[in-house]
Amino acid sequence: MPYQEIKLYQAGTFVAGNRLLDPEQRSVQARMERSNALTSGHRACQGCGEALGARYVLDSAMRATDGKLVATNATGCLEVFSTPYPESSWQLPWIHSLFGNAPAVATGVAAALKAKGRDDVRVIGQGGDGGTLDIGFACLSGMFERNDDVLFVCYDNEAYMNTGVQRSSATPPAARTANTKPLGGQPGNVFGKGKNAPLIAMAHEIPYVATATVAELRDLEAKVERAMEMRGARYIHVFVPCPLGWGSASRDTIRIARLVKETGMFPVFEAEDGEVTSVSKIRRRVPVEEYLKLQRRYAHLFGDPPQTEVIAQIQARADRNIRNFGLLADADEGGELPGAAEDVAGDTPSGGDPARTAEGETNLMRLLASSPHGPQ
Amino acid sequence: MLRQEEGSRAVAEAVALCRPEVISAYPISPQTHIVEHLSDLVRTGQLAPCEYLMVESEFAAMSAAIGASAAGARTFTATASQGLLYMVEALYNASGLGLPIVMTIANRAIGAPINIWNDHSDSMSQRDSGWIQLYAETNQEALDMHIQAFRIAEEISLPVMVCMDGFILTHAYEEVDIPDQEAVDAFLPAFEPRQVLDPADPVTIGAMVGPEAFFEVRYLAHAKQIQALDLIPEVTRDFEAAFGRPSGGLVRSYRAEDAETIVVALGSVLGTVEDVIDEMREAGVPIGALALKSFRPFPLNEVREALADATRVVVLEKNLAVGIGGVVSANVRTALSGIQLHGYTVVAGLGGRSITRESLHRLFEQAIRDELKPLNFLDLKTEIVERELERTHQGTPSGPHEENILRDIGVVASEPH
Repeated sequence: MPYQEIKLYQAGTFVAGNRLLDPEQRSVQARMERSNALTSGHRACQGCGEALGARYVLDSAMRATDGKLVATNATGCLEVFSTPYPESSWQLPWIHSLFGNAPAVATGVAAALKAKGRDDVRVIGQGGDGGTLDIGFACLSGMFERNDDVLFVCYDNEAYMNTGVQRSSATPPAARTANTKPLGGQPGNVFGKGKNAPLIAMAHEIPYVATATVAELRDLEAKVERAMEMRGARYIHVFVPCPLGWGSASRDTIRIARLVKETGMFPVFEAEDGEVTSVSKIRRRVPVEEYLKLQRRYAHLFGDPPQTEVIAQIQARADRNIRNFGLLADADEGGELPGAAEDVAGDTPSGGDPARTAEGETNLMRLLASSPHGPQ
Repeated sequence: MLRQEEGSRAVAEAVALCRPEVISAYPISPQTHIVEHLSDLVRTGQLAPCEYLMVESEFAAMSAAIGASAAGARTFTATASQGLLYMVEALYNASGLGLPIVMTIANRAIGAPINIWNDHSDSMSQRDSGWIQLYAETNQEALDMHIQAFRIAEEISLPVMVCMDGFILTHAYEEVDIPDQEAVDAFLPAFEPRQVLDPADPVTIGAMVGPEAFFEVRYLAHAKQIQALDLIPEVTRDFEAAFGRPSGGLVRSYRAEDAETIVVALGSVLGTVEDVIDEMREAGVPIGALALKSFRPFPLNEVREALADATRVVVLEKNLAVGIGGVVSANVRTALSGIQLHGYTVVAGLGGRSITRESLHRLFEQAIRDELKPLNFLDLKTEIVERELERTHQGTPSGPHEENILRDIGVVASEPH
């Protein structure tokens, strides 16, 4: 880990105040000289995960490049809420061209800077899951394949939020969207085969691929710093909850982002040159229901009777991630907690035994319920 | 320096003389030779500093050009036909953002049916994209227009398409005069961008604009094109002073003094048109031609002036506005608003069909006798069309048009005439 880890479980939180850290270890966002690249006053919704993610990504990249950064942006919420004419929230040179071309525009900027001998100025491209995984995918893959000197960041909120919450190829199974409504059948997206953008990025064998969530912002900052130490095509996929599109409370954005990792639904890892180099372990394994229940897009799964089969399918996917990425922590990695679930301490590669999982969940829920502040 | 050179290569050399800093391109016939030669020049270091991007589509080619131009680099690309259509969204974006990208169009038909040969369907489909459009008659002019195009684009901050006929020009070897680097450097100053992505002075490019200002930003694009009506002749004059030959401009008349009949056309077909006019002039027929060099902006006044004294105008165009007829003739008619003269639209040469002197002779003679219809299709094989229409009227699934017609042509060709 490139930064000092903090474990203050007794405080009921994974995040410690920067005041406890060595000044050199403080987060970018805690520094007086942070660049506020996406400055306040923009029009994102309350609790917007994308605004939070973009702020941390860009400030971290600005610090890593000494403020010599150019950003390209796909069409989408981030572009719309940050630039309603005549206002702009961007405190760095920033260009929006189209929905599907942000990676290629970034390629062009990088080429221009190279031709001009400005190797000190770096380029970052950004887009949502639609602009990255769907309409911009060809441009993204081309940029990867050529190994252009661009860091591309996908802020994944799992649907087309800017146009009114339509399904994208990043929309998870069973999630209700504006075009997966309960018309002529059950609501919710179908169980497809999925489109795992970070793994596809890795298949290009680019220097750096990472995933992150807005629950672990120091981790996100560190990954951006790591990416900016490298040259060539780099990709960071950030999980960003969308209160509006997911039907979740604004105050639950961080909580949901934490649960998506702790359930195993979203593996948080790093890869270099196509090989996984580090995995962020699950410290308190949580059943997927805890994640799903906070979001109205899954409310149809918890009716009377609940759709236990669908929930089991989602759990199976999470379990598969846990096995494939080795997401369970050993005791010496912080996996053993007061009252922790047996399955966590066990850390077997096939830790998806339903009976054991169910028992573990009960223990965990008891633990969480005993905290006066809930799971936070 | 005078050289016997392929059109594509001559254009590539001219582009290299303009010192582009970024070239992004995707292969499509008949544009490939231009960008292949530029790739050679970059790889051998003869064109430096320059980044050559081999992108994965025309959409990416134009998108990368947008990024490069916004970062202050002189930027070039080339395409044709389907490739131009594939980059359309980015095309409008480049002009909307006012980025002075220069692009060669090696004019080619648009499918279906797929066809690689020359007509003007591709660039004409983008006449309202906000790009300046120049049409070259010869390889020398194509070469010269590229050097002018960078200056026009950068002075007025708009992108420019230089259109040259695919294969007819791009793949033809002709004698061309390729200027030396010093002369081009003197003619074309270094690119001073109106807007640039620079960390020292951050700007937001491509912000969202609502009804309160969109109209004005859009109008600016029109206002700049109207300014280009003054700028293009000025650049052409400077070019002639520097290089000693006229090239480009808005329009050019050919033997149009006292002409009763004037043929309006663009591009390489004017060579054949002028040959026919020469022959008819020798026979005492008062006929001339008007070459359109700039189609966007459209030089309404110059066209009106050039045609005002004629009695009839024949617009010969290599494209078809399906459902109405001609694209060029509609624009020419706007120039002639209020002037009563006979106007004929002639659609010719689609998908590379030869436009022969014999056919043009016949056509112009019919025009002079006022025997033409308002809309005419030069050398259209009407019997083949009628046969296929008849087949579709029979009601049963009649199959793909192109397959049926090709089979018919085989049958017809094998019949004794």
